[in-house]
Amino acid sequence: MVKKIIEKACSGQRIDANEAACLYNEADLYTLGQLAQKKRFEKNPKPIVTYVIDRNINYTNVCISGCKFCAYYSAPEKPEGFVLSFEELGKKIEETKALGGTQILLQGGLHPDLPLSFYEEMVRFIKGFDIHCHGFSPPEIIHFSNISGLDIRQVLERLIDAGLDSIPGGGAEILVDRVREQIAPRKATASQWLDVMEAAHALGLRTTATMMFGHIESLEDRIEHLKRLRELQDRTGGFTAFIPWPFQPGNTSIRCRSATAHEYLKVLAISRIFLDNFDNIQASWVTQGYKVAQMALFFGANDFGSTMIEENVVAAAGVSHRLSEADIQRHIKDAGFEPRQRLMDYTLVG
Amino acid sequence: MNETIVEESLHRAGLSDIYEKVRQGKRLSPEDGIRLYETADICSLGFLANLVREEKNGDYTYYIYNQHINYSNVCTNLCKFCAFGKEDGQPGAYCMSLEEIVSKVEERLDEPIREVHIVGGIHPELPYSYYIDMLREIKRVRPELHIQAFTCVEIAHIAKMGGKSIEEALLELKEAGLGSIPGGGAEVFSPRIRERLCPEKLPGSQWLEVAKTAHRLGIKSNATMLYGHIETIEERIEHMKALREAQDETGGFMCFIPLAFHPKNTSLEDVAPTSGIDDIKNIAVSRLMLDNFPHIKAYWVMLGPKVAQLALSFGADDMDGTVLEEKITHMAGGETSQALSNREIEYLISSAGRIPVERDTLYNVIKVIS
Repeated sequence: MVKKIIEKACSGQRIDANEAACLYNEADLYTLGQLAQKKRFEKNPKPIVTYVIDRNINYTNVCISGCKFCAYYSAPEKPEGFVLSFEELGKKIEETKALGGTQILLQGGLHPDLPLSFYEEMVRFIKGFDIHCHGFSPPEIIHFSNISGLDIRQVLERLIDAGLDSIPGGGAEILVDRVREQIAPRKATASQWLDVMEAAHALGLRTTATMMFGHIESLEDRIEHLKRLRELQDRTGGFTAFIPWPFQPGNTSIRCRSATAHEYLKVLAISRIFLDNFDNIQASWVTQGYKVAQMALFFGANDFGSTMIEENVVAAAGVSHRLSEADIQRHIKDAGFEPRQRLMDYTLVG
Repeated sequence: MNETIVEESLHRAGLSDIYEKVRQGKRLSPEDGIRLYETADICSLGFLANLVREEKNGDYTYYIYNQHINYSNVCTNLCKFCAFGKEDGQPGAYCMSLEEIVSKVEERLDEPIREVHIVGGIHPELPYSYYIDMLREIKRVRPELHIQAFTCVEIAHIAKMGGKSIEEALLELKEAGLGSIPGGGAEVFSPRIRERLCPEKLPGSQWLEVAKTAHRLGIKSNATMLYGHIETIEERIEHMKALREAQDETGGFMCFIPLAFHPKNTSLEDVAPTSGIDDIKNIAVSRLMLDNFPHIKAYWVMLGPKVAQLALSFGADDMDGTVLEEKITHMAGGETSQALSNREIEYLISSAGRIPVERDTLYNVIKVIS
């Protein structure tokens, strides 16, 4: 059975969800790695590993979603809540540009009181610095729709008009409602998340897609997640990259063990093999550390992610790794690849 | 096309001849070792190393419930790669009294500890009797405990302090309770490296002599290699070759442990920390080259639990132990925690698709965790 699936994948045919599960369970790590690398080099023939210089700015930690896997948010009535002032935001952008940064990754909690106009102004303010604005994951867009009474498309049009360039793939978690009901009952449903991405793609925005795994979901749930992404990508082609990362249980209300590095590499490889219509797969040094991220480059990943400059959400769960651009370049070279800076759409810089 | 994708990759990586040798159980040459280090195909390297690993140990992956004691950091060697050693009298220098050492052991009498692992500096003044008494006292309070103590470098120094030959000292230490010898102090045997990084230290040839003498007296030992500083790939392979030859003579080595150099707080701070790829390569190449070593250890204290776990698919079959109070790596900026519980180690092993096996120092199986 598994031999047939390997042959099928090798010959460039699409594998289905059952076949992916079988491959995950029965193929050894070396076969998965080689198969993933074959796909990786079919998509990206050069031994280049890309990275982006951007800053992860969280404009607020106040959030009404209260997801069980999150160690970052502050409930609205809590004193730790903050909203970033434009002055602070401007300072952070200046610093980013000084480091050669090309984009701002802008994400925040679902704040109960801020109006849509606040976000439009924030995007306009950022665009005043002439920098790419990669902002607002689908749950934020849905939240803006709820507070403004506008539909998703209208919200997106307003933000695009303000200068929004692309949308990050956060908040996808696991795109299976049974799982979402348990870990993030107040967050967007799987279909809502996908609908936002479909609408964004239709309006010409490129987006990424993520998966947070290793909590309460099953292998079948993970593959269902990949399947729904692949179906949408068939329709729109709007996703630039897929980024899976293991859930970090520290300081959250989910009691479980984090997915291990071994599982991470397997999930990464299966993603590369299954998502045959995604051009890029990103390694997560933020959750795994640079050493495992280097190993990920042999299991399907062709991108090292971002310099982040600041990272608050994973750090709140007790995991903190920091890398400068020079570090990232060195880690890519040490793994035997050529490091190249890229933009959000994977255009190479320089 | 009957070739699997793994075989096809081996072929493309130019490793088919080594694959053939490994399948036939033939010894790899130093040139083979260098080619393995130089390959860009990590999965092929892992596949080859895993063939040897499974041939020798199946899916068994060992760990031990142990305790570490670093009795003193006072050291006359002051090797450039070390953040632990201090001159006598320098701030931060310490030396435990025998009472302190004994109380470290007594504090944990209620735990099922199998081994105490004892390593320290080359102290200029501690008398021969200190070491003998240390072993006797530990045996007195916990007779069943296996004492793995004193690297070959310390053994040579202890013998000198007592005015004894290596053989005499080893016999008396064994009599006092020494069970086996840890693998430290090997660094890289190359005289070029030792000249530049640790000129005061026991030369490589003598390190090997101490180990072989111990083996002849029925004392098993381990062997290490400190990589990731200024050594070349050829020097690493030379190091492994010397160990392989010594093992052919005595068969007394249990385990090889590649140790990643941690530059922080050492005189080599401008050297970059090792890459994950180099860590994994050292595990895999040593598994393939050291065909007469039963075990390869992924020492999680130095590699971190994540890389140590991955190493289990790249040739390693041992995770070391629960390790409390380790000081040497942590002084050099090692960011791993001080201890992993048995359950955490078992989880890492089983999540890598292997079978956790609690062992004693000599690799007798205590418990197979299913």
